[in-house]
Amino acid sequence: MLMHDVELDKPYQVLDPHGQLVRPMPQGLSDESLVEWYRTMWQTRFFSNKVVALQRQGRATTWGPLIGQEATAVGMGAVLEPQDWLTGSYREAGAYFARGFPIAGVAYYTRGLQPPREVCQPGGRDFRCLPLQIVIATQMLHAVGLAMAAKIKGENSVVVGGCGDGATSEGDFNEALNYAGVFKAPAVLVVTNNGWAISTPRARQTAAENLAARGVGFGIPARIVDGNDLLAVYEVMKEATDRARAGDGPTLIEAITYRLGAHTTADDPTRYRPKEELQYWEARDPMKRLKAFLIERGALTEESDAQLVEGAEAFVAAQVQLAHDHPAPGADGFFNNVFEELTPRMERQREDFRHDYGLSEGK
Amino acid sequence: MTMIATKFTIIEALNQALAHEMERDPRVVLLGQDIGKNGGVFRVTDGLQDRFGENRVFDTPLAESGIIGTSVGMAINGLRPVAEIQFAGFIFLAMNQLVSQAAHMRYRSAGQYSCPMVIRAPFGGGIRSPEMHADSVEGTFLQTPGLKIVVPSTPYDAKGLLTASIEDPDPVIFLENIKLYRSFKQEVPTERYTIPLGKAAIVQEGQDLTLIAYGAMVSVATEAAKAIKAQTGATVEIIDLRTIWPMDEETIIASVTKTGRAVVVHEAPMAGGVGAEIVAIINENCLYSLLKPVTRVTGYDTPFPPPGLEDNYLPTPARLTSAILRTLED
Repeated sequence: MLMHDVELDKPYQVLDPHGQLVRPMPQGLSDESLVEWYRTMWQTRFFSNKVVALQRQGRATTWGPLIGQEATAVGMGAVLEPQDWLTGSYREAGAYFARGFPIAGVAYYTRGLQPPREVCQPGGRDFRCLPLQIVIATQMLHAVGLAMAAKIKGENSVVVGGCGDGATSEGDFNEALNYAGVFKAPAVLVVTNNGWAISTPRARQTAAENLAARGVGFGIPARIVDGNDLLAVYEVMKEATDRARAGDGPTLIEAITYRLGAHTTADDPTRYRPKEELQYWEARDPMKRLKAFLIERGALTEESDAQLVEGAEAFVAAQVQLAHDHPAPGADGFFNNVFEELTPRMERQREDFRHDYGLSEGK
Repeated sequence: MTMIATKFTIIEALNQALAHEMERDPRVVLLGQDIGKNGGVFRVTDGLQDRFGENRVFDTPLAESGIIGTSVGMAINGLRPVAEIQFAGFIFLAMNQLVSQAAHMRYRSAGQYSCPMVIRAPFGGGIRSPEMHADSVEGTFLQTPGLKIVVPSTPYDAKGLLTASIEDPDPVIFLENIKLYRSFKQEVPTERYTIPLGKAAIVQEGQDLTLIAYGAMVSVATEAAKAIKAQTGATVEIIDLRTIWPMDEETIIASVTKTGRAVVVHEAPMAGGVGAEIVAIINENCLYSLLKPVTRVTGYDTPFPPPGLEDNYLPTPARLTSAILRTLED
């Protein structure tokens, strides 16, 4: 069993950076699903790049690029069953996509609007992905609460909560680990350690050798995984979700990866990050690694890869278009969903607003 | 339906409300510090763990953000958590989870997810509690869209309002004056009933002045009104807000329009508090009925003092009476 093979200082790896197996392939994985996830990784990258481009044109809000972290993200989301829950920060959108959450939902959000139900739940299916979290580490407690509820109700669902390395310094992260341990919640708490919290390097978040060691203090098994190795992330995530589903409680996972892009479209990482570091990580690009493996396996050819990549880009463009074509709420849409029902004062305020903006009744 | 009523304290009334709701609705769970075997430091949850089991009534680690943050997750996933924060003064440790998360989840998710949950918290002075245990926090939450604020003043209201809060589809912070917990008993039906949120009560009708209060200040108001009647013959209409937010503006406006004079009393500090909001409502709606400026009788704009000085800080019937007398002068 992997869990007993605790080597906290050595990231668990299945594929080396050249795409060569250093361990046997995880069981139960088909080439078809690997190619599917590879496709989702590309969709995630294209989507992130697309939003950056739209932001530059003034057509999207501030955005936190996800590139470089696709293997971790997709591995996190791909193991989930329909009844499971997922909650992550703004940089975990790739995990949402791997779970099936529509790219259009996040694209709509980047228009500066809360994505409505019909965009997030096409065909009426609730993907059980909470709104991408803004306040760092907050969502880890939601993940544990969702998992506690699943356990209380006797449901066979697990919850994945994702955050970054900076989040581990927040109180809520530590409270989440503690609650997860005490209540033996069916939760998998994933730290995507991309080395940087805006300009603050991982080494300034904690004096500890690694972040996974935090699990020991909370009585939670922990793993460190090579976050640019989809097979390794999948295997560790699968094991952790299986444990949770079997009633064996939570797992902490630290995925070592790298934020190839800026913190956000408002950030300039050349101010604080050495160029050599970026070069080192570009060579360890998760897409390159998985592609090399899939080609060597015969699951992909250079030609079919090119088609897949092209198709992913087209798909993203279509999803973004869908989001931009979807109607925006009315100008008074910000009154919606504060409470289930508007308070009498809010009704009056909305009336006044409509009057001031020359909106007719009911618009 | 005839209701059998027996006399109970607020503690007992709250305990009944929790028990009824747990019995009626399997989604209701209770969590907090020392609420299980110990029944809560004030015994509001006494006996409920024995009755409903550790799966539905459980102690948490000592972490307020954890209590409210996990309640958010539980509420989204179909439960109705009723969380106890041991003292309202400790709630600031959980402000993000309460204000930016619980209160905004429906909004952020465009109505896809919501947080039907209640956060119960004892508050208020007058019992010589250690520092940080007596703070009145309701004013802080007036600036939290998406959160309802309830403060009962009697055992009857406590039961009906807590039941309505648990039933409510949105998060409610339910503030319980520690001083009132056991200070008096009142006839309370043993059956389940609700008191609608957002509706104030007129404690007593009057013609000459409107006195707006809530929580422990309602009995201070009643005493002051009695003194005024005895001294001047003037009758004071007392409004007990019961729900601080959303506020029952209609009742306030109707009363002040009738009386032309108003005094607001609360033990929280004056600046930017509930009283300021009420004065603004009166200003916007009743200015031409007003015969005198509206007066606020409140805690001072200082931290809640140490127990040795708290009596000097809290509004008393005497302070309130002299404010009313000034407002009654022509």
